[in-house]
Amino acid sequence: MILLGLDLLLVIVLLISAWFALTTADLLHGVVIFIAFGLLVALAWVRLQAPDVAMAEAAVGSGLTGALLLSSLSAMRRAQARAEASKKEGDVG
Amino acid sequence: MAKPDRGDDVTLNRGRGLVLGLTVALVGGLSAALLTLPANTPRLAETALSRTPESEVLNPVTAVLLNFRGYDTLLEVAVLLLAIIAIWSMARQARVWIKLPDTPVLATFVRLVLPLMVIVGGYLLWLGADLPGGAFQGGAVLGGLGVLWVAAAVWLPPAWFRRLLRPALVIGLLAFLLVAVAVMFPGGLLLAYPPEQAKNLILLVESAAVISIGVTLTLLFIGGIPTRGDA
Repeated sequence: MILLGLDLLLVIVLLISAWFALTTADLLHGVVIFIAFGLLVALAWVRLQAPDVAMAEAAVGSGLTGALLLSSLSAMRRAQARAEASKKEGDVG
Repeated sequence: MAKPDRGDDVTLNRGRGLVLGLTVALVGGLSAALLTLPANTPRLAETALSRTPESEVLNPVTAVLLNFRGYDTLLEVAVLLLAIIAIWSMARQARVWIKLPDTPVLATFVRLVLPLMVIVGGYLLWLGADLPGGAFQGGAVLGGLGVLWVAAAVWLPPAWFRRLLRPALVIGLLAFLLVAVAVMFPGGLLLAYPPEQAKNLILLVESAAVISIGVTLTLLFIGGIPTRGDA
Protein backbone atom coordinates (compact mmCIF):
# COMPACT_ATOMS: atom_id res chain seq x y z
CA MET A 1 0.00 0.00 0.00
CA ILE A 2 2.84 2.34 0.93
CA LEU A 3 4.73 1.23 -2.18
CA LEU A 4 1.71 1.94 -4.36
CA GLY A 5 1.49 5.39 -2.83
CA LEU A 6 5.18 6.03 -3.49
CA ASP A 7 4.79 4.80 -7.06
CA LEU A 8 1.89 7.16 -7.63
CA LEU A 9 3.93 9.99 -6.12
CA LEU A 10 6.79 9.12 -8.47
CA VAL A 11 4.48 9.23 -11.48
CA ILE A 12 3.03 12.57 -10.44
CA VAL A 13 6.46 14.13 -9.80
CA LEU A 14 7.67 12.73 -13.14
CA LEU A 15 4.82 14.39 -15.00
CA ILE A 16 5.29 17.68 -13.15
CA SER A 17 9.05 17.79 -13.72
CA ALA A 18 8.60 16.86 -17.39
CA TRP A 19 6.11 19.71 -17.75
CA PHE A 20 8.40 22.25 -16.10
CA ALA A 21 11.49 21.04 -18.00
CA LEU A 22 9.63 21.83 -21.23
CA THR A 23 7.82 25.02 -20.27
CA THR A 24 10.18 26.95 -18.03
CA ALA A 25 11.36 30.18 -19.64
CA ASP A 26 14.95 29.99 -18.34
CA LEU A 27 16.87 27.40 -20.35
CA LEU A 28 19.29 26.75 -17.47
CA HIS A 29 16.37 25.92 -15.18
CA GLY A 30 15.01 23.68 -17.91
CA VAL A 31 18.28 21.73 -18.10
CA VAL A 32 18.53 21.34 -14.33
CA ILE A 33 14.93 20.11 -14.12
CA PHE A 34 15.63 17.74 -17.02
CA ILE A 35 18.55 16.22 -15.09
CA ALA A 36 16.32 15.73 -12.06
CA PHE A 37 13.68 14.24 -14.37
CA GLY A 38 16.25 11.76 -15.71
CA LEU A 39 17.14 10.60 -12.20
CA LEU A 40 13.44 10.13 -11.42
CA VAL A 41 13.03 8.11 -14.64
CA ALA A 42 15.92 5.93 -13.42
CA LEU A 43 13.99 5.39 -10.17
CA ALA A 44 10.94 4.46 -12.22
CA TRP A 45 13.01 1.85 -14.10
CA VAL A 46 14.13 0.40 -10.76
CA ARG A 47 10.49 0.12 -9.71
CA LEU A 48 9.76 -1.63 -13.01
CA GLN A 49 12.50 -4.15 -12.08
CA ALA A 50 14.82 -3.12 -14.88
CA PRO A 51 18.02 -2.18 -13.01
CA ASP A 52 20.12 -2.43 -16.19
CA VAL A 53 18.05 0.23 -17.87
CA ALA A 54 18.00 2.28 -14.67
CA MET A 55 21.80 2.43 -14.59
CA ALA A 56 22.02 3.39 -18.24
CA GLU A 57 19.33 6.03 -17.77
CA ALA A 58 21.01 7.57 -14.71
CA ALA A 59 24.44 7.67 -16.35
CA VAL A 60 23.60 8.49 -19.97
CA GLY A 61 20.06 9.87 -19.96
CA SER A 62 20.56 12.10 -16.98
CA GLY A 63 24.29 12.61 -16.41
CA LEU A 64 25.87 12.76 -19.84
CA THR A 65 22.88 14.30 -21.61
CA GLY A 66 22.75 16.90 -18.84
CA ALA A 67 26.45 17.66 -19.31
CA LEU A 68 25.94 17.91 -23.10
CA LEU A 69 22.96 20.26 -22.67
CA LEU A 70 24.88 22.46 -20.20
CA SER A 71 27.87 22.71 -22.54
CA SER A 72 25.70 23.56 -25.54
CA LEU A 73 23.91 26.15 -23.40
CA SER A 74 27.21 27.87 -22.59
CA ALA A 75 28.25 27.64 -26.26
CA MET A 76 24.93 29.28 -27.21
CA ARG A 77 25.49 32.08 -24.71
CA ARG A 78 29.02 32.69 -25.98
CA ALA A 79 27.76 32.85 -29.57
CA GLN A 80 24.99 35.25 -28.54
CA ALA A 81 27.45 37.49 -26.67
CA ARG A 82 29.73 37.55 -29.73
CA ALA A 83 26.84 38.43 -32.03
CA GLU A 84 25.72 41.27 -29.77
CA ALA A 85 29.27 42.60 -29.43
CA SER A 86 29.79 42.65 -33.20
CA LYS A 87 26.40 44.32 -33.65
CA LYS A 88 27.36 47.09 -31.21
CA GLU A 89 30.60 47.63 -33.10
CA GLY A 90 28.62 47.87 -36.31
CA ASP A 91 26.31 50.51 -34.77
CA VAL A 92 29.28 52.63 -33.70
CA GLY A 93 31.11 52.32 -37.00
CA MET B 1 19.62 38.97 -32.67
CA ALA B 2 18.26 41.82 -30.54
CA LYS B 3 14.56 41.05 -30.18
CA PRO B 4 13.25 38.38 -32.50
CA ASP B 5 11.16 36.95 -29.66
CA ARG B 6 7.71 38.02 -30.75
CA GLY B 7 7.86 36.74 -34.31
CA ASP B 8 9.35 33.46 -33.14
CA ASP B 9 6.58 32.92 -30.63
CA VAL B 10 3.87 32.99 -33.28
CA THR B 11 5.54 30.31 -35.41
CA LEU B 12 6.31 28.38 -32.25
CA ASN B 13 2.65 28.38 -31.25
CA ARG B 14 1.58 27.26 -34.69
CA GLY B 15 4.16 24.46 -34.60
CA ARG B 16 3.07 23.54 -31.11
CA GLY B 17 -0.50 22.80 -32.27
CA LEU B 18 0.84 20.55 -35.02
CA VAL B 19 3.18 18.70 -32.64
CA LEU B 20 0.39 18.32 -30.10
CA GLY B 21 -1.93 16.92 -32.77
CA LEU B 22 0.70 14.46 -34.00
CA THR B 23 1.51 13.34 -30.46
CA VAL B 24 -2.13 12.79 -29.59
CA ALA B 25 -2.61 10.84 -32.84
CA LEU B 26 0.46 8.71 -32.12
CA VAL B 27 -0.51 7.96 -28.52
CA GLY B 28 -4.09 7.26 -29.57
CA GLY B 29 -2.98 4.94 -32.37
CA LEU B 30 -0.56 3.05 -30.15
CA SER B 31 -3.14 2.68 -27.37
CA ALA B 32 -5.70 1.40 -29.86
CA ALA B 33 -3.18 -1.09 -31.25
CA LEU B 34 -2.29 -2.24 -27.75
CA LEU B 35 -5.93 -2.71 -26.79
CA THR B 36 -6.72 -4.80 -29.86
CA LEU B 37 -3.87 -7.23 -29.14
CA PRO B 38 -4.98 -10.62 -27.81
CA ALA B 39 -4.26 -10.86 -24.08
CA ASN B 40 -2.07 -13.96 -24.11
CA THR B 41 0.31 -13.38 -26.98
CA PRO B 42 3.31 -15.68 -26.80
CA ARG B 43 6.25 -13.57 -25.66
CA LEU B 44 9.97 -14.02 -26.10
CA ALA B 45 10.76 -13.40 -22.44
CA GLU B 46 10.07 -16.96 -21.35
CA THR B 47 12.13 -18.48 -24.15
CA ALA B 48 15.00 -16.16 -23.34
CA LEU B 49 14.81 -16.86 -19.59
CA SER B 50 14.61 -20.62 -20.03
CA ARG B 51 17.64 -20.66 -22.34
CA THR B 52 19.82 -18.20 -20.42
CA PRO B 53 21.88 -21.03 -18.84
CA GLU B 54 22.97 -22.10 -22.34
CA SER B 55 24.67 -18.74 -22.85
CA GLU B 56 26.98 -19.40 -19.88
CA VAL B 57 26.12 -16.04 -18.30
CA LEU B 58 23.62 -15.73 -15.47
CA ASN B 59 22.24 -12.28 -16.20
CA PRO B 60 19.40 -12.71 -18.73
CA VAL B 61 19.82 -9.13 -19.97
CA THR B 62 23.46 -9.78 -20.88
CA ALA B 63 22.50 -13.11 -22.43
CA VAL B 64 19.98 -11.42 -24.71
CA LEU B 65 22.12 -8.38 -25.54
CA LEU B 66 25.43 -10.11 -26.18
CA ASN B 67 24.40 -13.59 -27.25
CA PHE B 68 20.82 -14.18 -28.41
CA ARG B 69 20.51 -10.78 -30.05
CA GLY B 70 24.18 -9.93 -30.45
CA TYR B 71 23.40 -8.46 -33.85
CA ASP B 72 21.47 -5.56 -32.28
CA THR B 73 24.31 -4.77 -29.91
CA LEU B 74 26.86 -4.95 -32.71
CA LEU B 75 24.87 -2.34 -34.61
CA GLU B 76 24.53 -0.20 -31.47
CA VAL B 77 28.31 -0.12 -31.08
CA ALA B 78 28.54 0.84 -34.75
CA VAL B 79 25.99 3.65 -34.23
CA LEU B 80 28.19 5.16 -31.49
CA LEU B 81 31.15 5.19 -33.87
CA LEU B 82 28.97 6.74 -36.59
CA ALA B 83 27.89 9.48 -34.18
CA ILE B 84 31.51 10.46 -33.56
CA ILE B 85 32.26 10.42 -37.30
CA ALA B 86 29.24 12.64 -37.94
CA ILE B 87 30.26 15.13 -35.24
CA TRP B 88 33.87 15.22 -36.39
CA SER B 89 32.82 15.93 -39.95
CA MET B 90 30.63 18.85 -38.86
CA ALA B 91 32.67 20.46 -36.06
CA ARG B 92 36.27 19.94 -37.01
CA GLN B 93 38.22 21.24 -34.03
CA ALA B 94 37.25 21.63 -30.43
CA ARG B 95 39.02 22.80 -27.33
CA VAL B 96 39.33 19.92 -24.91
CA TRP B 97 39.98 21.23 -21.45
CA ILE B 98 37.28 23.37 -19.92
CA LYS B 99 39.19 24.17 -16.71
CA LEU B 100 36.46 25.09 -14.30
CA PRO B 101 37.56 27.58 -11.59
CA ASP B 102 40.30 25.79 -9.70
CA THR B 103 38.84 25.40 -6.22
CA PRO B 104 40.41 22.99 -3.74
CA VAL B 105 37.08 21.20 -3.30
CA LEU B 106 36.71 20.43 -7.00
CA ALA B 107 40.35 19.41 -7.45
CA THR B 108 40.35 17.11 -4.42
CA PHE B 109 36.98 15.63 -5.28
CA VAL B 110 37.96 14.86 -8.85
CA ARG B 111 41.32 13.39 -7.80
CA LEU B 112 39.54 11.11 -5.35
CA VAL B 113 36.67 10.11 -7.57
CA LEU B 114 38.44 9.49 -10.90
CA PRO B 115 40.35 6.35 -9.82
CA LEU B 116 37.22 5.12 -8.06
CA MET B 117 35.24 5.52 -11.28
CA VAL B 118 37.77 3.37 -13.16
CA ILE B 119 37.21 0.62 -10.59
CA VAL B 120 33.42 1.03 -10.65
CA GLY B 121 33.36 0.94 -14.46
CA GLY B 122 35.46 -2.21 -14.58
CA TYR B 123 33.45 -3.80 -11.81
CA LEU B 124 30.15 -3.08 -13.58
CA LEU B 125 31.58 -4.69 -16.71
CA TRP B 126 32.66 -7.80 -14.79
CA LEU B 127 29.39 -7.92 -12.87
CA GLY B 128 27.38 -7.81 -16.09
CA ALA B 129 27.77 -11.55 -16.60
CA ASP B 130 25.77 -12.43 -13.50
CA LEU B 131 23.98 -9.32 -12.24
CA PRO B 132 22.66 -6.07 -13.70
CA GLY B 133 25.55 -4.24 -15.35
CA GLY B 134 27.65 -4.73 -18.44
CA ALA B 135 29.51 -2.88 -21.16
CA PHE B 136 27.03 -0.05 -21.62
CA GLN B 137 26.71 0.70 -17.91
CA GLY B 138 30.46 0.42 -17.33
CA GLY B 139 31.13 2.50 -20.44
CA ALA B 140 28.72 5.16 -19.24
CA VAL B 141 30.62 5.41 -15.95
CA LEU B 142 33.88 5.75 -17.89
CA GLY B 143 32.21 8.40 -20.05
CA GLY B 144 31.25 10.29 -16.89
CA LEU B 145 34.85 9.99 -15.77
CA GLY B 146 35.98 11.49 -19.07
CA VAL B 147 33.57 14.41 -18.77
CA LEU B 148 34.71 15.16 -15.20
CA TRP B 149 38.34 14.94 -16.26
CA VAL B 150 37.80 17.27 -19.20
CA ALA B 151 35.83 19.71 -17.08
CA ALA B 152 38.25 19.88 -14.17
CA ALA B 153 41.54 19.28 -16.05
CA VAL B 154 43.32 18.17 -12.89
CA TRP B 155 45.94 16.29 -14.90
CA LEU B 156 46.96 16.76 -18.52
CA PRO B 157 48.05 13.58 -20.29
CA PRO B 158 51.37 13.35 -22.20
CA ALA B 159 51.38 14.02 -25.94
CA TRP B 160 51.27 10.38 -27.06
CA PHE B 161 47.93 9.96 -25.30
CA ARG B 162 46.21 11.67 -28.20
CA ARG B 163 47.33 8.94 -30.60
CA LEU B 164 45.47 6.36 -28.53
CA LEU B 165 42.09 8.05 -28.97
CA ARG B 166 41.25 6.80 -32.45
CA PRO B 167 42.26 3.18 -31.81
CA ALA B 168 40.22 3.34 -28.58
CA LEU B 169 37.20 4.58 -30.55
CA VAL B 170 37.18 1.66 -32.96
CA ILE B 171 38.45 -1.20 -30.78
CA GLY B 172 34.93 -2.07 -29.55
CA LEU B 173 33.44 -2.47 -33.01
CA LEU B 174 36.59 -4.12 -34.33
CA ALA B 175 36.72 -6.76 -31.58
CA PHE B 176 32.99 -7.40 -31.93
CA LEU B 177 33.28 -7.86 -35.70
CA LEU B 178 36.36 -10.08 -35.41
CA VAL B 179 34.64 -12.34 -32.88
CA ALA B 180 31.42 -12.34 -34.93
CA VAL B 181 33.29 -13.48 -38.03
CA ALA B 182 35.76 -15.79 -36.25
CA VAL B 183 32.98 -17.98 -34.84
CA MET B 184 31.81 -18.66 -38.39
CA PHE B 185 34.90 -20.66 -39.25
CA PRO B 186 34.35 -23.95 -37.49
CA GLY B 187 31.20 -24.07 -39.62
CA GLY B 188 29.01 -21.87 -37.45
CA LEU B 189 26.93 -18.81 -38.16
CA LEU B 190 27.70 -15.12 -37.74
CA LEU B 191 27.72 -14.28 -34.01
CA ALA B 192 26.78 -17.85 -33.02
CA TYR B 193 29.25 -18.36 -30.17
CA PRO B 194 30.18 -21.97 -29.42
CA PRO B 195 28.56 -22.57 -25.98
CA GLU B 196 31.74 -23.63 -24.20
CA GLN B 197 33.50 -20.40 -25.27
CA ALA B 198 30.47 -18.11 -24.99
CA LYS B 199 31.34 -16.50 -21.67
CA ASN B 200 34.95 -15.74 -22.60
CA LEU B 201 33.96 -14.33 -25.97
CA ILE B 202 31.23 -12.19 -24.43
CA LEU B 203 33.72 -10.87 -21.87
CA LEU B 204 36.25 -10.11 -24.61
CA VAL B 205 33.69 -8.25 -26.71
CA GLU B 206 32.38 -6.33 -23.69
CA SER B 207 35.87 -5.36 -22.48
CA ALA B 208 36.68 -3.86 -25.86
CA ALA B 209 33.26 -2.23 -26.06
CA VAL B 210 33.54 -0.63 -22.62
CA ILE B 211 36.68 1.24 -23.72
CA SER B 212 35.10 2.42 -26.95
CA ILE B 213 31.87 3.47 -25.24
CA GLY B 214 33.71 5.43 -22.55
CA VAL B 215 35.96 7.23 -25.04
CA THR B 216 33.07 7.84 -27.44
CA LEU B 217 30.87 9.43 -24.77
CA THR B 218 33.72 11.68 -23.63
CA LEU B 219 34.48 12.76 -27.20
CA LEU B 220 30.77 13.39 -27.82
CA PHE B 221 30.93 15.80 -24.89
CA ILE B 222 34.03 17.53 -26.28
CA GLY B 223 32.11 17.83 -29.54
CA GLY B 224 34.88 17.95 -32.14
CA ILE B 225 38.34 16.68 -33.02
CA PRO B 226 40.62 17.49 -30.09
CA THR B 227 42.96 20.26 -31.21
CA ARG B 228 46.64 19.52 -31.66
CA GLY B 229 48.87 20.35 -28.72
CA ASP B 230 45.79 20.33 -26.52
CA ALA B 231 45.80 16.55 -26.00
